[in-house]
Amino acid sequence: MKAFTELDAIASPVMRQNIDTDIVIPIHRLRDVAQAELGPYAFEPLRYLPDGSDNPEFPLNKPAYKGAEILVADTNFACGSSREGAVWALMGMGIRAVIAPSFGPIFHNNCFQNGVLPIQLDRADVLAIAAELEGATRPGANSEPRLAINLHDRTVTTPSGRKIEFKVDGIRRDALLKGLNEVELTLTREREIAAHQAKARAAAPWLYPTR
Amino acid sequence: MPGQTLFDKIWGRHVIADLGDDYALLHISRHLMHDGGGRGLAMIKSAGQTVRNPDLTFATFDHVISTEPGRTHDTLKPYAQRLYDMRSEAKRWGIKLFDLGQPGQGIIHVVGPEQGITLPGTLLVCGDSHTCTHGGMGAIAFGIGATEVIHVLATQSLVQRKPKRLRVTFEGTRHPGVTPKDMILHLIGQIGTAGGTGYAVEYAGSAIRALEVEGRLTICNLSIELGAKIGMIAPDEKTFEYLKGRPFAPTGALWDRAVADWRALASDADAVFDREVTVDVGKIVPQITWGTSPEQVIPVTDTVPDPASAADPDKKKAMQMALDYMGLTAGQRIQDAKIDWVFIGSCTNSRISDLRAAAAVAKGRKVAGHVRAWVVPGSENIKRQAEAEGIDRVFKEAGFEWREPGCSMCLAVNGDTIAPGQRSVSTSNRNFVGRQGPGGRTHLASPAMAAAAAIAGHIADVRSI
Repeated sequence: MKAFTELDAIASPVMRQNIDTDIVIPIHRLRDVAQAELGPYAFEPLRYLPDGSDNPEFPLNKPAYKGAEILVADTNFACGSSREGAVWALMGMGIRAVIAPSFGPIFHNNCFQNGVLPIQLDRADVLAIAAELEGATRPGANSEPRLAINLHDRTVTTPSGRKIEFKVDGIRRDALLKGLNEVELTLTREREIAAHQAKARAAAPWLYPTR
Repeated sequence: MPGQTLFDKIWGRHVIADLGDDYALLHISRHLMHDGGGRGLAMIKSAGQTVRNPDLTFATFDHVISTEPGRTHDTLKPYAQRLYDMRSEAKRWGIKLFDLGQPGQGIIHVVGPEQGITLPGTLLVCGDSHTCTHGGMGAIAFGIGATEVIHVLATQSLVQRKPKRLRVTFEGTRHPGVTPKDMILHLIGQIGTAGGTGYAVEYAGSAIRALEVEGRLTICNLSIELGAKIGMIAPDEKTFEYLKGRPFAPTGALWDRAVADWRALASDADAVFDREVTVDVGKIVPQITWGTSPEQVIPVTDTVPDPASAADPDKKKAMQMALDYMGLTAGQRIQDAKIDWVFIGSCTNSRISDLRAAAAVAKGRKVAGHVRAWVVPGSENIKRQAEAEGIDRVFKEAGFEWREPGCSMCLAVNGDTIAPGQRSVSTSNRNFVGRQGPGGRTHLASPAMAAAAAIAGHIADVRSI
């Protein structure tokens, strides 16, 4: 897994509540397109017009947000289906971090498995960040819609220089900073797993079917 | 020491190691796979790892398979390679696979309880968000992503953060026409699709105890639509009665020991929950969704809500976008919405009691001429049982199409789709944009309500049929 330490990048707001993972990546694309090729289909129902051309209203299509590596979203982002392809599609379009008031719980876990950082902030802070980013794209604005994320000191810095602290669980932060592979880590605990299973099997033998 | 919740008791039994920060390495006592699983199994091999406990993993085909009657090699063709891959990988590792046409094939969340694979006190996972369904048996069950699936295959364990505990108490008596689906849709409407985020939900109260096991599975199925990946119900005599004699349930002396253990699986009287919600079931009327999120739900007797009524400007915007997508106007009677499709099926509502309820409405009536209506049983066994009871004939005589078991039009990944702009009343779990096919419009409802809509040709109140 690619490590995540610091990121100073263009950030695009996609401020709509309850964006589900069916929107992030439609199921037929997940079925027919290879994992590494999903990027062009991320947000497909919002991103393109019925004739297949770019929807100019969709933030990530606007020139100011071109090359965005950070997404700022509203409540319950990526709720619904467990499809990890939602993370892969975002990665495919260059996204490395998502900031939102809350996330779909399975998507949240899937991000950490892929080196993508989900940052949960109070909704008021998320709305303020989105407003600052939009402000930075207006004609005459003397800043860019950029955010600086530092996972070492757990801060997001906005275009105006405001520093917002965020919380991230220690075990997840450590894995991201070092780019650790969780399966390999757990395989080193085989002795504990075997001991637990032997105990569980003795306590509840009915859970272990004989075939 | 204060009492423990049902969730705490089962969680505690599965902790291999405390990893700090409320994280634990958890033992997985049941792992279920569907037809998307061949990839993960192949990756285990290419990484030089092994499937640690093939004895605790069970698989079937449900997502991409055709549900066409008399499905053949040709109808399965577009995605047949996935089935071949899964078959050969399951065989390589010694994983039990319920193949097409065999008892035990069906939607994985229907099959687990039906086969007695899902038992009270288990910690069960599957690479599918509706794994929460199995919580209705008194288990901790949740959906995981593709990388987590590989973790489970390789280590029979998973790293998870312990969620907070939310108890939803349903009290009172359901009125006629009100089903478990209406109870859970009503709850989602009340607390929203993020109302359960960060929690494991326990459903309790007299109205839950009064439900049969299949209804409890429907309730737990929609937990993920509350934002909670875990929903559960304490097991009781009804659960034990349901399980007894199922193919993978314990037998003989082990059965007696198991039941004695399961009786202790309930939240203690003095257990403390992080949040409590109470619902008066007597106030619920049959529900129907009007928008593109399960929280956009109303009583079928209502009119479509007006975005102007929302205080939050973002909510207002979301409501307007949902109205535009759904082709509805604020203030119109929801029952005036004419429909093109009815879909009765999915891991939410495809069990025998669901089919009986829909058939009771369909019996002696006819599907409206402009409506296409499908019934997709949840498993091979349910299909056979329904056919033995003559339920298939009731549906066919009324003009419904009787299909083969699978996920079908719930997520439309197998090509079972509705056309852009078409409107469907579905017994499934998600009315998301494009869920039943790009541009398709989905209204979620109970099986009886779906059957009533098929006959009326528009959204209808089952109580007036």
